[in-house]
Amino acid sequence: MAAIHVITKNLVNLSLKKSTNGAVSVLSVRNHFNYVPDKKSEGKGATKKMNMFQALNNAMDLTLANDDSAVIFGEDVGFGGVFRCTMNLQDKYGKDRVFNTPLCEQGIAGFGIGVANTGATAIAEIQFADYIFPAFDQLVNEAAKYRYRSGNLFDSGSLTVRVPCGAVGHGALYHSQMPEAYFAHTPGLKVAIPRGPQKAKGLLLACIKDKNPCILFEPKTLYRAAVEEVPEEIYESKLGEADILRSGSDITLIGWGTQVHVLLEVADMAKKELGVNAEVIDLVSILPWDKEAVIKSAKKTGRVIVAHEAPLTNGFGAEIAATIQENCFLNLEAPVKRVTGWDTPFPHVFEKFYIPDKYRCFDAIKEVINY
Amino acid sequence: MSFLRNSIKLLRTAPVAPRTFRCFSSQVKADDPSQFPGAHAPFVSAPTLTLPEAVAPIPIYRVMNREGTIEDASQDPKLSQEVVEKMFRSMISLNTMDKILYESQRQGRISFYMTNFGEEASHIGSAAALENKDLIYGQYREAGVLVWRGFSIEQFIDQCYGNCEDIGKGKQMPVHYGSKDLNFVTISSPLATQMPQAVGAAYAFKRQPNNDRCVVCYFGEGAASEGDAHAAFNFAATLDCPVILFCRNNGFAISTPSHEQYAGDGIAGRGPAYGIATIRVDGTDVFAVYNAMKVAREYVLKHNKPIVFEAMAYRVSHHSTSDDSTAYRKAEELEVWNTVESPISKLKNYMIKKGWWNEEAETEFVKDIRKQVLKQINVSEKKQKGYYGEMFQDVYEEMPKHLKEQLKQLEEHVSKNKQHYSLNEFKSK
Repeated sequence: MAAIHVITKNLVNLSLKKSTNGAVSVLSVRNHFNYVPDKKSEGKGATKKMNMFQALNNAMDLTLANDDSAVIFGEDVGFGGVFRCTMNLQDKYGKDRVFNTPLCEQGIAGFGIGVANTGATAIAEIQFADYIFPAFDQLVNEAAKYRYRSGNLFDSGSLTVRVPCGAVGHGALYHSQMPEAYFAHTPGLKVAIPRGPQKAKGLLLACIKDKNPCILFEPKTLYRAAVEEVPEEIYESKLGEADILRSGSDITLIGWGTQVHVLLEVADMAKKELGVNAEVIDLVSILPWDKEAVIKSAKKTGRVIVAHEAPLTNGFGAEIAATIQENCFLNLEAPVKRVTGWDTPFPHVFEKFYIPDKYRCFDAIKEVINY
Repeated sequence: MSFLRNSIKLLRTAPVAPRTFRCFSSQVKADDPSQFPGAHAPFVSAPTLTLPEAVAPIPIYRVMNREGTIEDASQDPKLSQEVVEKMFRSMISLNTMDKILYESQRQGRISFYMTNFGEEASHIGSAAALENKDLIYGQYREAGVLVWRGFSIEQFIDQCYGNCEDIGKGKQMPVHYGSKDLNFVTISSPLATQMPQAVGAAYAFKRQPNNDRCVVCYFGEGAASEGDAHAAFNFAATLDCPVILFCRNNGFAISTPSHEQYAGDGIAGRGPAYGIATIRVDGTDVFAVYNAMKVAREYVLKHNKPIVFEAMAYRVSHHSTSDDSTAYRKAEELEVWNTVESPISKLKNYMIKKGWWNEEAETEFVKDIRKQVLKQINVSEKKQKGYYGEMFQDVYEEMPKHLKEQLKQLEEHVSKNKQHYSLNEFKSK
């Protein structure tokens, strides 16, 4: 539900200044990760430096230009959205294609399904993942089951729902959550999470093209913090395919979204301090997910850590761990380890103790290596 | 109390039947009533549309004009100087605290803030007309209600810092206040979720012997678009709940103007459709809000029925410190709301006319509040945050085994990695 809703640039990149009387700020908030830009281009042709909101904006711009049926809507989308992802699109394409909706997530999802029922392209924005729950019924019982229940007479395949999510440093209970696991439990949906601008554009275009309803969870801390070269033309990043970002032989580290950057740094720490070669996998897609890539890596290294911001119990790490033990039991040198948010709501001032930061992940590597 | 009787009259005549039947009157067959269980309505012989334009807008009750003059003496609440001064001082305190805490966020001292500019009268006028035992469910921009009830500057600022003396224990973002002592249910960020909850609380109150408490639920005109708002209206009406559904219609839901939020007659316009008595007031006029709230409270408790209360105002504030409203509205648009339509200047004009207030008193008072707030910021800033294990408390009434295990894991981790967690900011176990 929408909510206190906006937390734009300040939640994303809180600028810390000294106060006027010279006292040093008491807010020692800084990113818990260091962004690692993608080196390999997923598209062809010229690239341009973009941050993640610009890359998403670019993907939507291209869609509106090439698909007359496409409409983009959500709370505050008209003026550019609280995270600026739809900036200038209303001016460029008109109010009938890019528009504000009333403040109602179940309405946004249901409306989007209806647009998609006609075959038109619906791109809906839920302002914060924490407020997606009123739309849960429409997404889980309707969007996900439309094709199945009608014997493929009707579907909502041209619906894409964009959802800013994840930890930002001080978002507390309702501006921090990563609810991917709830949706991963829903046959009929596709769920993906980008780690940066290039992937965000490619995944959004893939979700829009895909003939199934898709949810793209966009880690909002990356909107501004993540900057890299992004191909200017249309390209798609494959749904259901993981990226092996670093190859290694001793241990496999699996994550998605912001956590990928934590794991890349932890892989460096492991190399430097322990002489351990870690393989780092960005799962990219939560549903469907790339079992083959994970199994292959687990068989190679025999040691696996899955890390995610969402709570431990029934987090998506549980699914990955279960699959690994089913398929790689005899290859494992240690039990699969999960490093996650704790089984509590997301706390405000204790965030640094809540998230699976690099120190917790690093300790987990030591534990798994020394098992 | 003459204003009470008159206002009740206003309520009664605020006109369901005349509004909708007018366009049918010539075709109504009164001698042949319909038998349908779902509507008590007469038959007509022509397929006439009920057009929204045919329904007159619900009028806005106003007591005091822009100059601070009470236009109709019968509506004068005749409050003592002491009470009016408390109202005014509460509004100024809120306004002063807001300005400083807003700035403190800009300086990076607190992580977030939301100001209440332009809506001070709807907070104070409504709070003053209630009894402190009445239970409040707020949205997030009702700090004035807490000011009126005696939430201290220390409590406000400790909450914004989430320090070890925040009564919410550092769990939530700034402005998510709550107070058991002051009958103010802790704020939750998701919008409109409090609305059906308030209705349920009112239902439970109603069942208590000799109940004399009502429930007041504040929400914005944006939140009223949520499904929960519909649920609240309909439950309140069908289950006869003594709840005042208080809409702060300030014209904006972040950037979305009210004309993109609804096409009907605001939120008040929905009341009669749900079968709920309704009143709409000038939310910048503290006396109008006060009088109407007195009427509303009397009505809901006497009849065990809800009221839809819509206070019209203008959100002079940015939505929050994360919002820059110049991106979607012109700065000049605010001018009138900051000056002649300001709830504070209206009450000030009234008080000056009465000889109860002057510039000197105001300068002195603002100076004093500023001093208190700034001093408190320095004090609250220096207080440690709670022990980090607090994060595991209150998930359940008692900490279950799996959380005890997780807390132990965290403590072991932190003890091995002390240098990474700025533990001096937090209390130890």
